[in-house]
Amino acid sequence: MIHRIDVRTLPTAREGEPADPLGQAIRHQIIEFGKHVGPIQTTRIFLIDSDASVDQVKRIAGELLADPIVEEAHVFDRAPSDDGHSRIEIHLKPGVMDPVAASTEMAIRDMKLPVREVRTGRAFLIEDKLPQTELQEIASKVLANGVIESVHFDAYVPKEFARGREEKFALRHVKLRELTDDQLKKLSREGHLFLSLAEMQAIQKYFREQNREPTDVELETLAQTWSEHCVHKTLKSAVEVVDENGKPLRKYGNLIKDTIFASTQELMKQKDGFCLSVFKDNAGVIAFDDTDAVCFKVETHNHPSAIEPYGGSATGVGGVIRDILGTGLSAKPIANTDVFCVAYPNSFSGGPQGRPLPKGVIHPKRILQQVVAGVRDYGNRMGIPTINGAVYFDDNYLGNPLVFCGCVGLIPRNKIEKAAKEGDAIVLMGGRTGRDGIHGATFSSAELTDTHADEFSHAVQIGNAITEKKMTDVILQARDRGLFSAITDLGAGGLSSGVGEMGEKTGAFVELDKVPLKYAGLRYDEIWISEAQERMALSVPKTKVDELLKLAASEDVEAVVIGQFGTKDHELVLNYRGTEVARISTHFLHDGLPMPTRRAQVRVAQPPPAVRGARAEAQPRAAVPHKQTLLELLAHPNIASKHWIIRQYDHEVQGGSVIKPLIGPMQIGPSDASVIRPKLGSFKGVAIGCGMAPQIADPYEMALAAIDEAIRNVVAVGADPNQTAILDNFCWPSVDDERTMGTLVRACEACRDAALAYGIPFISGKDSLHNQFTNQETGEVLRIPNTLLISAIGVVDDVRKCVTMDLKRAGNTFCLLHAKDGSLESRIALHRRLAEDIRAGHVLSCHDVSDGGALVAAAEMCIASGLGLELDLRVLPFGPFEEVVGAYLVEMNAVDPTIPTGLKTVGDVIVIGRVTEQQALSDGGDFVADQWTIDISNLTRAWRGTLDW
Amino acid sequence: MRFGVITFPGSNGDHDALKAIELGLKQPVEAIWYRETNLDGFDCILIPGGFSYGDYLRAGAIARFAPVMESVAEFAKKGGPILGMCNGFQVLTEAGMLPGALLPNGSLQFRSQWVHVQVERSDTPWTAGIDDGTVLKLPIAHGGGRYFADPKTLARLEENGQVIFRYTDASGNRAPDANPNDSLNDIAGICNEQRNIVGLMPHPERAFDTIIGGDDGIKVLSSVLEAGIAAVAGR
Repeated sequence: MIHRIDVRTLPTAREGEPADPLGQAIRHQIIEFGKHVGPIQTTRIFLIDSDASVDQVKRIAGELLADPIVEEAHVFDRAPSDDGHSRIEIHLKPGVMDPVAASTEMAIRDMKLPVREVRTGRAFLIEDKLPQTELQEIASKVLANGVIESVHFDAYVPKEFARGREEKFALRHVKLRELTDDQLKKLSREGHLFLSLAEMQAIQKYFREQNREPTDVELETLAQTWSEHCVHKTLKSAVEVVDENGKPLRKYGNLIKDTIFASTQELMKQKDGFCLSVFKDNAGVIAFDDTDAVCFKVETHNHPSAIEPYGGSATGVGGVIRDILGTGLSAKPIANTDVFCVAYPNSFSGGPQGRPLPKGVIHPKRILQQVVAGVRDYGNRMGIPTINGAVYFDDNYLGNPLVFCGCVGLIPRNKIEKAAKEGDAIVLMGGRTGRDGIHGATFSSAELTDTHADEFSHAVQIGNAITEKKMTDVILQARDRGLFSAITDLGAGGLSSGVGEMGEKTGAFVELDKVPLKYAGLRYDEIWISEAQERMALSVPKTKVDELLKLAASEDVEAVVIGQFGTKDHELVLNYRGTEVARISTHFLHDGLPMPTRRAQVRVAQPPPAVRGARAEAQPRAAVPHKQTLLELLAHPNIASKHWIIRQYDHEVQGGSVIKPLIGPMQIGPSDASVIRPKLGSFKGVAIGCGMAPQIADPYEMALAAIDEAIRNVVAVGADPNQTAILDNFCWPSVDDERTMGTLVRACEACRDAALAYGIPFISGKDSLHNQFTNQETGEVLRIPNTLLISAIGVVDDVRKCVTMDLKRAGNTFCLLHAKDGSLESRIALHRRLAEDIRAGHVLSCHDVSDGGALVAAAEMCIASGLGLELDLRVLPFGPFEEVVGAYLVEMNAVDPTIPTGLKTVGDVIVIGRVTEQQALSDGGDFVADQWTIDISNLTRAWRGTLDW
Repeated sequence: MRFGVITFPGSNGDHDALKAIELGLKQPVEAIWYRETNLDGFDCILIPGGFSYGDYLRAGAIARFAPVMESVAEFAKKGGPILGMCNGFQVLTEAGMLPGALLPNGSLQFRSQWVHVQVERSDTPWTAGIDDGTVLKLPIAHGGGRYFADPKTLARLEENGQVIFRYTDASGNRAPDANPNDSLNDIAGICNEQRNIVGLMPHPERAFDTIIGGDDGIKVLSSVLEAGIAAVAGR
């Protein structure tokens, strides 16, 4: 039977503290969303399906579920009387990954007590009698996500858990050969295939040639493999570029290959031995030292995060970590990064002044809180420091927030190459397969609407970090013992993509009934395309299979042989219970996708000088004194301190964090980049930074600005620009029209031009298109701004020579460095020269000028250090808030006159002030009569107050 | 001296602890898998940080049922020195080997930063090499580090001198800002009555090099070398 145990916090706190801190926090959130309610008591609920005796259930309650010092457990026997109270209960829907329940089941078994299944829920008892409509509103706005959770208004104890049933196996064919074009389109749409007519026609032609109808799983395999998410068909397409009048300008046979990849190939000829594996594996790999290399990958997880932000971001982290585990013969994850783009929280408050939220959209504040929690809970559990990131606010991200997750790995140089060999066993390792995440790849290739949360709830994945942690430990041991010849992660498309890709050259045979399942009732096609988390596929030589399976078992990690690589004619063959359910030529699967030529329209007219003063708030306003503008900018969400987020991430684990995200004596200064030392005992390190500039409308200038910012960020802490590589992540709205396609082309061209001019190669990238939200009630379409995230990884030869951005000593000279002209050549010359001076020890502190301009950057250096600055803004060659590209602020030793001379050969070096003991930032000082001064404490308050959640 | 580092599924500070002993202390050290039941040959035991079993239920709640914990309890009974760091401290309170409980931080948020703690007593194997009153700079990284005990237990801890580490500012003054998680009495670490088991929320194993922010952690870990002979003799 099902026993219910309620666990509540005892009032333990000191006087004046809330009895139930969680209840109090939730009450505040509800009030913030516009409902005034009484105090709330929270309860954790455990539903335990077990034959245990009453005494045994009491033991589980008392010894395991409650901490007797601060909690009480109550074995539930009848419905409680909720007189004068309102009850909201949130229970996970069946089939949703529930790590609390999974670990509780494990612990009950460790206690040697019987258990079949555990499920968990949460109860909120509000001291108020509220009508059910209001409770429903509170539940949906603050407490529950209907996609994965169900809401109850009474104490919920089911008679029995719904369980999947073994269904009778029947092979299903899809009638395709005789369909008209309209019918093909309808099939693509209603079957959630998201394939174009040309693609459907290609598939139809193939099966006409085969003289048979496809099975459902064959069609699914093609849809997954050909999805935008898996094959990036827009960026790989042939493009004819035309001007505003339709006049042809130039052509690309394959847009990304002819721009970004080509620039990398050109640089590989010049920089022998630096790029070790680019654009072909799960991550880009560059040289680190004589024995090891480092790799870096950044992924997006936008659509899952839009409908379930916590699970979406957590599985984004989990997924990119598996990308690193699946790079070469597996790299060790050593650092995580995360970048979020969301709407301004204050634009949509629940109060009367806020705009109403469109249907199907989660409030941006809740999105941000939940995506941060997801990254925190997954990254921290994995024991990987999260060391770099950014948040960017813009109201056009409302219905389609962006979540970027990155991971850096360390890999021995002799483990970079891999290849599945004919005859190797296919081993599936890690988590079990369930119905979660089905259609994730095709879903992410579609545009969001307000009904997506319902239609695609099965695409949502909830992660279980502990499963991935254990799997990681096994894979790295297996790598060092040489137990496999290839490995890949199972991400979008699940087995269909992972095994399909690994077996591209050899073909593969898979017995789907060998795949371990979370519950009964999955059909063969669901097993094949499930995107259940925490799974990897390995290609294992027959002689090593036993050793690998034994190793996995010894660490409690599930691993099974599900088939083998190598088939006659190199076909992909799937069996289920002895019946063949699919047979597709790998050639057709991987090369059969029709690639039509697309047209892209670009602006030929000179774009306006886009970069200067790009942010509206930073426009010089004659009537407003600098002092006030500065405080407003520091408090601007895009500039304000992100300590609320950063502090929640473990950035110390692995003991290698040399420069942390928050630095200076008070640990509050915003570091431009982080530096980690992956090999303890060596002083060699890597700097990780990022840049983006979605506020710039011109796509070419936007991309250049993002690239330069990412590079400035790593150079500012001490990275060597000659040993730096970058990654691209394109997030665009739909590119169905020629103009938007044109913006994508221009951004690619900017990437190529900057990479070649800087000598800094792109080594990996990813794109996510169709990022827009359609409100189906009003027809309004919210398109995100074209967003290019550039992530940079730079080798630091000696981490002891790194610098930070906090001011170091009163009396020192304070200078602005900026590129002589706007040219790419002058920018990189400045970056290189500054890097040399940092290495030589001439620079004491350094900060890149970006959002908010030079005065904001100077203020941040004061905040970080507690030291003041006396500036003379008259000598600035541009406005104090102008967001110029290619500038730094540096502190230099006052008595060493040689340094500015060295830098002057490549850039403008302007002494703009000096560091003072006085805890204030001032314009004028000794220089001018028109003085102003702000205490650092005021700067700090403005900068830290906005996002101090 | 031979160090053992207990590893649960989900421990993630085990590598940090192994490296700190190997590189920082240059002593022999071995990981001990949670299913191991024999601790013969180890002179001291470290329970590292991380998220044992995922810590989904409650930090440390499940690890105490692990097979190795019975042997750890026996090792403790014989007077063997045991140090629980972060999750290790949580495991020790859950197992009843140290009094009190570690609750979610007052902010209800995870906190990763460096803090100062003052060493109150040098009469444990893990502080033997440190003068009373010394202020150490160590990193914390936890969501549930708010030390709590009922008033009687708390009074007894204070009376017996079982509070070993207390959050202070850099000069050793107690201040609300210096306490990162609202622990009662600013408690960062305690010992048992026999004084051979010490638990603390900060991570001494991650503070073994000035290049990453400080090496005060070595003082804690190496204390046992000085105290070691006495502890072994006492077993």
